[in-house]
Amino acid sequence: MGYKAKFRIWRGEGGEGRLEDFTVEVNEGEVVLDVIHRLQATQAPDLAVRWNCKAGKCGSCSMEINGKPRLGCMTRMSTFEETETITVTPMRTFPVIKDLVCDVSFNYQKAREIPSFTPPKDVKPGEYRMKQIDVERSQEFRKCIECFMCNNVCHVIRDHDENKPAFAGPRFLMRIAELDMHPYDVLDRKDSAQEDHGLGYCNITKCCTEVCPEHIKITDNALIPMKERVVDRKYDPLVWLGSKIFKRPS
Amino acid sequence: MERHEYDVVVIGAGGAGLRAAIEARQQGKRTAIVCKSLFGKAHTVMAEGGAAAAMGNVNPDDNWMVHFRDTMRGGKFLNNWRMAELHAKEAPDRVWELEAWGALFDRTKDGKISQRNFGGHEYPRLAHVGDRTGLELIRTLQQRVVALQQEDEKLHGDPEAYIKVFAECTITRLLKEAGSVHGKDGAIAGAFGYWRETGNFIVFDAPAVVLATGGIGKSYVVTSNSWEYTGDGHALALLAGAQLINMEFIQFHPTGMVWPPSVRGILVTESVRGDGGVLRNSEGRRFMFDYVPDVFKDKYATTEEEGDRWYTDQANNRRPPELLPRDEVARAINSEVKAGRGSPQGGVFLDVSTRLPAAEIIKRLPSMHHQFKELADVDITAEPMQVGPTCHYIMGGVEVDADTAAASVPGLFAAGEVSGGMHGSNRLGGNSLSDLLVFGRRAGAGAAAYIDGLPRRPVATGVEEAMAEAVAPLERSGGENPYEVHHELQRTMNDLVGIIRKAEEVSEALQVVEKLKERAKNTASAGSRIYNPGWHLAIDLRNMLLVSECVARAALLREESRGGHTRDDFPGMSPEWRRKLLVCSAMPDGSGVTVEEKDQVSMRGDLITLFERSELEKYLTEQELADYDAAVKES
Repeated sequence: MGYKAKFRIWRGEGGEGRLEDFTVEVNEGEVVLDVIHRLQATQAPDLAVRWNCKAGKCGSCSMEINGKPRLGCMTRMSTFEETETITVTPMRTFPVIKDLVCDVSFNYQKAREIPSFTPPKDVKPGEYRMKQIDVERSQEFRKCIECFMCNNVCHVIRDHDENKPAFAGPRFLMRIAELDMHPYDVLDRKDSAQEDHGLGYCNITKCCTEVCPEHIKITDNALIPMKERVVDRKYDPLVWLGSKIFKRPS
Repeated sequence: MERHEYDVVVIGAGGAGLRAAIEARQQGKRTAIVCKSLFGKAHTVMAEGGAAAAMGNVNPDDNWMVHFRDTMRGGKFLNNWRMAELHAKEAPDRVWELEAWGALFDRTKDGKISQRNFGGHEYPRLAHVGDRTGLELIRTLQQRVVALQQEDEKLHGDPEAYIKVFAECTITRLLKEAGSVHGKDGAIAGAFGYWRETGNFIVFDAPAVVLATGGIGKSYVVTSNSWEYTGDGHALALLAGAQLINMEFIQFHPTGMVWPPSVRGILVTESVRGDGGVLRNSEGRRFMFDYVPDVFKDKYATTEEEGDRWYTDQANNRRPPELLPRDEVARAINSEVKAGRGSPQGGVFLDVSTRLPAAEIIKRLPSMHHQFKELADVDITAEPMQVGPTCHYIMGGVEVDADTAAASVPGLFAAGEVSGGMHGSNRLGGNSLSDLLVFGRRAGAGAAAYIDGLPRRPVATGVEEAMAEAVAPLERSGGENPYEVHHELQRTMNDLVGIIRKAEEVSEALQVVEKLKERAKNTASAGSRIYNPGWHLAIDLRNMLLVSECVARAALLREESRGGHTRDDFPGMSPEWRRKLLVCSAMPDGSGVTVEEKDQVSMRGDLITLFERSELEKYLTEQELADYDAAVKES
């Protein structure tokens, strides 16, 4: 069953590094993360990698395998040829701390910039009544395991650090859509999605949807509807008039 | 060295830790959350089935008393009854509160939170979101922390003024003030740890510490637990002078994946059975009908027809035995496999494909469908899964006061899996998510109240020693490989202190643990201090070994079988043993563990009279039954 696989893994810290070659045993049914763990136990005890659940539920082991963003725990070795050299590198959009581990604090910063769930003041806990059909849209986005691979792959920031301050990335634009579609959220999020969080940067190339390990339709179900809501607001003459007449002085 | 001053330090950022931190911050305390992983990745995300809370949304007959009874039964009456009472009473409020923080549970037809059936629960009781309830819970709590930080930013100009997350930071020692205002044994004064990223040390000065570190599964080979579950909080509490109880009780979840080898142990949610899935052996027999124990005989169906009718008509039928408490199902699977009636990969068959339409399976069990498809190439809508027991949860943990979650060491609190007592000898599915909400909140409140009563802040000692201990594996060269020591411990615990235990085997395990303790003192970790997993493991070994010793010592002493502790040489339940807790303490130098017996406090009259005498006769001593009769008379 077992065979020796050729791996090429990014090793390095402090902004410097190189690809290192390894030959390592692979057994039936294993995933890339298993092989990295075997390397730790046998050849490279200080090889750094993040992981937790090993079942595709926590989103910790995001990495780039042969250049594609993947979860190490959900990438089966049987999808590769035995003779193939498998290249594993850290996510490109975030600074590398060491080996396969990145500094993903960008994402936590963005999470804090999105205004939180804002329910009406007069609804007490236990009084919430929502139809299943009305919660399902937001539930799809709440499947997100925060692997941050959508933000990693998004070309707006992948090779453009300069866009990072103004762009929340697909993960957190989807968070805005999730809250906007929440039956009890009362905050108006349309203008800020565009103006504060960079929804306009997205030109719906769907790269984020393609890499989502939870198969969330980020572009079709979150970003495009959000863009439509923003557009309705901006160009609907009635809405425009209303916003002029009823706008309270700030 | 980096040093921070806080009121409360919460160790662990799973459900219990986050709920404790939220409470402490809401009560105005400056709170640090310290966790080994990134924020939002804790093991709570793995919880699938739901949070048990007697809201009565699906069956209006449900209430806290029914939930309390189910919990005590599930734990075979060894539970701390006060914890079980508080848990059953407060769980609904804790779930509703999540909804006000943005959680989106699945709904009933009339728009309330939907509730699903689960093993050991008399009524549909688990609030859920498909089979990813743990993720919803942790994300909601995480987002609540962020909401509080946004509030603080508006009020104080700094989002981290009152609540800050120290992610990828491991605590290795609790710090105490020796001979404090609380007497010669001292009180909690802070915590010492290191940043995983840099290897730099960090000290927290704080009068209160809440342990919320989860469990100990990484001492076993086959486990549903992640790398984080190394018994850190259990060991930190022991080394700080606190006690652990019920450590012999470990829950082996009946349904873990058995194939492929690399995912062996990963959880298959109990919802599969709650939603109609059945267990079959290699002969195609629904064998659980052969394993209904006497104590549950009148509560479970005796024929497949009745069991099947129950899914649609619960008033007139008894539930199928696939929904017995987890310990019963795990032992039954173990017996079938041993008897040679297992599946090709060494488990049994769990089949939902012939029970529900494919679309319904994908809707109700999306992550199971995904998990089997991606990891095992099995389509659960078309073929059965192969499953077997996996080390899942430890009922034992820090002995705490039920109302405040306070341990015996002043300033130390514990909540969630790291605490002991709530679940007795066996936890019901769904009672963990509710446990961590109820007692997470109580621990946060308990810590806040404790601080309010302090005359002054304590002064931490012991930093030098903690530093020397942590850095030692890096300074040795040519020593033991920590991965090998770990692997041997896992094999030993799995083979000798597993589901079925014998005195000789447990004694043998204790001898191996002693040898491994010596080897662990000599581990050497190559490489630098920057994100060095070999070094991290060498440090974690101390905790895993201490906790494994507790499990084995208590397992050897308890000469009966109950819940998550089955002794081949003592197969029956003993009313005398039910009254006893085994209490583990660390030796003064921290080199080992001693275990003492302690009597359980008798259940309050108004609670024990919620049970029928005929049921209690299976569990209680003659003396306790006489007390029961007196209590009935009085009421």
